[in-house]
This record gives sequence, structure tokens and C-alpha cells, in this order.
Amino acid sequence: MIAFLRTRRTALIPLLLLSPALLTMLFVVALPLGFSFYTSLTAYRLVRPETIEIFVGLRNYIRLLEDWEFWRVFGRTILFLAIALNVEFLLGLGIALLIAKITWGQRTLRTIMMFPMMFSPILVGFQFKFIFNDNIGILNNALQSLGLTDRAIPWLVDGRLAMFSIIFAEVWMSTSVFAILLLAGLFAMPRDPLEAAKVDGCNSWQVFRHITLPFIMPFAFIAMTIRSLDVARAYDIVHVMTGGGPAGRTELLWTLIARTGYMDARMGQANAMAYLSTLLSIAFTWYFYTKLMQARRYMGGVQ
Amino acid sequence: MAGISIRAVEKAYGAVRVVHGIDLEIAHEEFVVLVGPSGCGKSTTLRMIAGLEDISGGDVWIGQTRVNDLPPRKRNISMVFQNYALYPHMNVRDNLGFGLRIAGQSPQVVTERVNEAAGILGLSELLDRTPAELSGGQRQRVAMGRAIVRHPDAFLFDEPLSNLDAKLRGQMRAEIKKLHQKVRTTVVYVTHDQVEAMTLADRIVVMRDGHIEQVGTPMQVFNHPVNTFVATFIGSPPMNLLPAVIHEGQVLLRDGSLVPVPARLRAKTHEGQDVVLGIRPDDICPVGHGLGETDEGTDIALTVDLAEPLGMESLIYTSIAGQEVQAKLYGPRIVQASETLSFRLALDRAHLFDAATTRSLDVL
Repeated sequence: MIAFLRTRRTALIPLLLLSPALLTMLFVVALPLGFSFYTSLTAYRLVRPETIEIFVGLRNYIRLLEDWEFWRVFGRTILFLAIALNVEFLLGLGIALLIAKITWGQRTLRTIMMFPMMFSPILVGFQFKFIFNDNIGILNNALQSLGLTDRAIPWLVDGRLAMFSIIFAEVWMSTSVFAILLLAGLFAMPRDPLEAAKVDGCNSWQVFRHITLPFIMPFAFIAMTIRSLDVARAYDIVHVMTGGGPAGRTELLWTLIARTGYMDARMGQANAMAYLSTLLSIAFTWYFYTKLMQARRYMGGVQ
Repeated sequence: MAGISIRAVEKAYGAVRVVHGIDLEIAHEEFVVLVGPSGCGKSTTLRMIAGLEDISGGDVWIGQTRVNDLPPRKRNISMVFQNYALYPHMNVRDNLGFGLRIAGQSPQVVTERVNEAAGILGLSELLDRTPAELSGGQRQRVAMGRAIVRHPDAFLFDEPLSNLDAKLRGQMRAEIKKLHQKVRTTVVYVTHDQVEAMTLADRIVVMRDGHIEQVGTPMQVFNHPVNTFVATFIGSPPMNLLPAVIHEGQVLLRDGSLVPVPARLRAKTHEGQDVVLGIRPDDICPVGHGLGETDEGTDIALTVDLAEPLGMESLIYTSIAGQEVQAKLYGPRIVQASETLSFRLALDRAHLFDAATTRSLDVL
């Protein structure tokens, strides 16, 4: 009998010790997730709380699948992500390679490089909204003073230019994520394979292409994982600079979701959108993570 | 098809000079080993030949070309590094073929040469593995394979065996020697291990502090060291050095005991000269347990402090004139500590060095 109690008790101990973590996960993650999923199956409208009880099944999702506007925003977000990540990667790589060459003042430069990340995205948005403003903006002012153009370029009014302006702000703010991680990769890189490649007949470009780049790609994948999550949820800069306009031409997933949920108060519909856009983030993360793991496999265990 | 010629080559980092104008002629297909303690400039010299370090002064010629201003890729050499320096993201086949592909060889030629090199080095089974999946010895073989596929004018080895354990080092040493016999090419090999230098080299170059101390075949360097540095650096255990004075045609040791001056050196000594008597452990042996008969010897009774039996021989620690010396006993005889034995010093193989200049009296 005593032995039985003792085994019961020892069997309970692990569960007991795990309970703080389990309870936290339950209340902080699982319940809100379950609740928001449930609301995505209802006709929940924020202004009429009783609608949360109207169960509509998959109607919100079906409506989304047929919603041309939603998919256009979905596609635009992917395009936005692809352009921003590639530009940030290339610029970050360039900056990292330059800084890695410098011997004097390198620490200072590294610190300065991080400055854009220290600003709140909202402020970055306001700042670039001012820079790109067609009437009082500093950019048009500069272009006109230099005589490069004689009319005001409608940076934030034209759909394409507005998208460009937003990407520019995003890139300005976050290139240093790539730069700092790639720089860490360059510092961690052993010198011997580089020298071996030089003796093996490579010129500088070939050394970079065949040895340096493969070595720092895992670091790039880490940066891409972080940044893809970051960019996929872009909201603040867009909201401040264009508010999704002109005429929805810079609408991204989260500005659309926020508008549907909070402006139109259709929270059930907004949650359905949010669940679909989560798939996008999961897909990107999964993709970069797989690439990272592939790259890590051969990097492991070699000096 | 090329020798290497090093003429008054210097290396300086700012004001610090690490190689002080060295001259060395390496013949076609010769195996030359640069050996010396760390910091002696041997690796720097090798890296200047490879083109990985700028040459501060003097000239390096490979074959008929002055290569001072050529980048490594135009020197047609290949190099094996201490840390293997394999390309971690490529499998063995791609590691081996990389240089050929960069040089624009056709895929058939690459495959052919890679298979040939893999055959020579026993890597045929491993071609699809990545470096991370190989053992140290296998990685070293891949590094060597990468060097031979390109049929270069010269191989440069930079301490290639120092990352391996002792047993593997012995095996790989033999493999390098075999490789050189199969693939006759000029080799410059850097090591701090005098055993590697002795076993591999056609000629040994002993370096210290950016200077060449002695150049010669392993036997020349071993039998006729030009100074006390080379004498103690080459040979293991190192040569015993005993400070002494020449007195009445004899070597007077610090405790007053007298040893005859070796016959060949009698004309080169004078009364009151400060010298160092150098004698290898192999030349201090208990009577009847030495390396055969010596033409010229002197007997001395010594007390054993410590004996290390190694099977067919024993290393004996004793002291002469109050200074610890190592001696050897050949044959499977057990020696006890504090045992007193009569040792014979083989004077025909002993050396005298000038105490002030440390130079051997043989070369003065």
C-alpha cells in the first residue's frame, strides 16, 4: 500500500514541476489562440458583442478564398517581403564586407551601424513621411534645388512610388540586422580555407563566391528568418506613411486585418484573415529554417 | 618542372624583422624541410613562397619566373595546411576537384584526375562524404589529394601533421614519403618536429630567429652540426653539452675530470680555450652495450640516477661533472638506479664548440 502511494507520488512530481510552465502556456498562448480561432468561425462584430455566439462555420474562410482584394494584398505582402529581404541582404552583405576590412574605428562603425534599429518604427515612419512628402518633403526640395526635376514627385501619392518609399524606410531601418549577423559570420570564418582557395587558383571574386559566401549563408538565413517574421507583420510604418493608400495600393496583410477588425469591427472576418496570413509566416520560417539546417549540417565539426 | 630559388629574402612587419635575408636553392624534385622552433620564420618563409605573405626584400623564383609580384593562383603551387583547410561545404570529390574546376578543366579531366588522386591516397570510398564526416587522418589525406590533383610545380606543406595524434603522425609521415616517391615534385615542408625533418628530407634547413643556421642532408646535419643550437635541436634525446676548458691537450670539465680532445680536433684547440663538449646520448654507453666498437674512446665510471627501459634499449640519466646528462644502453639489460657502471664515451663522434660563438670547432 505504502509502496503504491510512493509510486503514485513520484509519478506526480514531474507534472507538478511542469505545472507553472504548462499553466502559463495555457493562459498566455493556448486559450487566446483557441478563442481567436473560435471567433474566426463566428460572425463576431466588435460593436455587437452578442454576435460572438453566432456560429457560421467556415463561412469567413470561404468568403476570403473568393475575395480577390484579400489575395491581392496577400500577394503584395509576399512581393514586399521578397524585395525588402533581398535588398537588405545585399546591402547588409556589402556593409559587413566593408566593415570586416576596416581595422581602425571598427567598433565605432559597428555601433553607428546599429543606430537605425534604435528608433521606434512609428517614428521612422513619421520621419520618412516627412522626407517623402511631395510639398514640404526634404527629398523633393533637394531634387528641385539640384535641378534634377522641376516638378514635385508624388512619392506617397503614386501607388508604385509609395510602395517604393515604404520599402526604402523598411530597408533603412533594418539593413543592420543583416549587416551585424553577416559580420559575425565573417569574424567566425576560419582563414585557412580562404588561403587554400587562393593557392588553388581562385581570384578574389571566386574566393568570395565559392568559399566566403557559402560560409556566411547560415548567418544570412538566421537574419532572413528573423526579418521575414518581422516584415510579414509590417504595420506601423505603412500605417503612418500611407495608411494603406492611395486607394489601397500599399495595403499589406496586417493593415488590412487591422482595418477589418477595428475600423469595420468585423473581428470574426479579421481573425480568419489573420489565420491565413499566419500560414505565410510559417511557410517563410519553415523555408529559411530548412535552409539553415542544411547549411549547419556541413558547417558542424569542421575547424 | 621547377626548382625554387630564394635570394636574400626578408620579411618585416613594420619595424619588426622576422626573416633576415635568407638564401636557399631548392632543386627540382627535391624534398626540403624547414625546421626550427616556433617563431623562427619557417612558416613565414613558406607563406612568402606561396604568395600568402608579401615579400619585404629579396626575390623568390619558381623555375624561370620571379614570383614576387604574382598572386598565389599564378604561381602554380599547391599547399597543405596545418588545419587541413578543407572546404566544409563541399564533399571530398568537390574538394579535390575544386582547383581544377576553377582552372576551367573539362568535367572528364576533373573526374579522371580526382579518381587518380583518390586512388593514390586511398580516398576512393570517401568521395561522397563531407569533411565533417572524416577523421583527422582522412582529412589530411584529402588536403594532400587536393594538392596533387593539380600537378603543380611544387608542394608546400605547413606543419601538416601537427594536428594528428602520435600514431597517425607516424603513418602519415610514411605516406607523405611514399607520395613523394610516386609523385616526384619539388617539396618544401615546414615542421618544428626534428623527427619529421630527419625522416622526410633530402635536405634539412635549420632555422632560428629568421636566420638559416645550417643546410644539409639529414646525416650531415646530425653528424656535423655547425653550432650548439643545431646540435641540440636535431636528434632526440638532445645532445649533452658540457662546458669545459682546454688544458694540456685535454678537455678539463668543471669538476676537474679530464677527457681527451678528439684526435681530429687536436690541431684546432689551444691552451685555455673555453669550449663546450657535445656528446650524444647514443655515444655514452656502458662498456659492451654501445653501438659497436669505437676507434677512439675513453672510459668513465658513472652512477645511474634514473633508467628508463624501452625494451631493446634503455635511456639512462646520470651526471658528468655535476651536470645531468643522458646516456643510452643498448640491449635488453635491466639497469638499477644508483648502480655504478663503466661508460665509454665515443670521442670520434663527440663535438667541441667554441664557448663564446657556440660554433663547432670542426667548421672553424
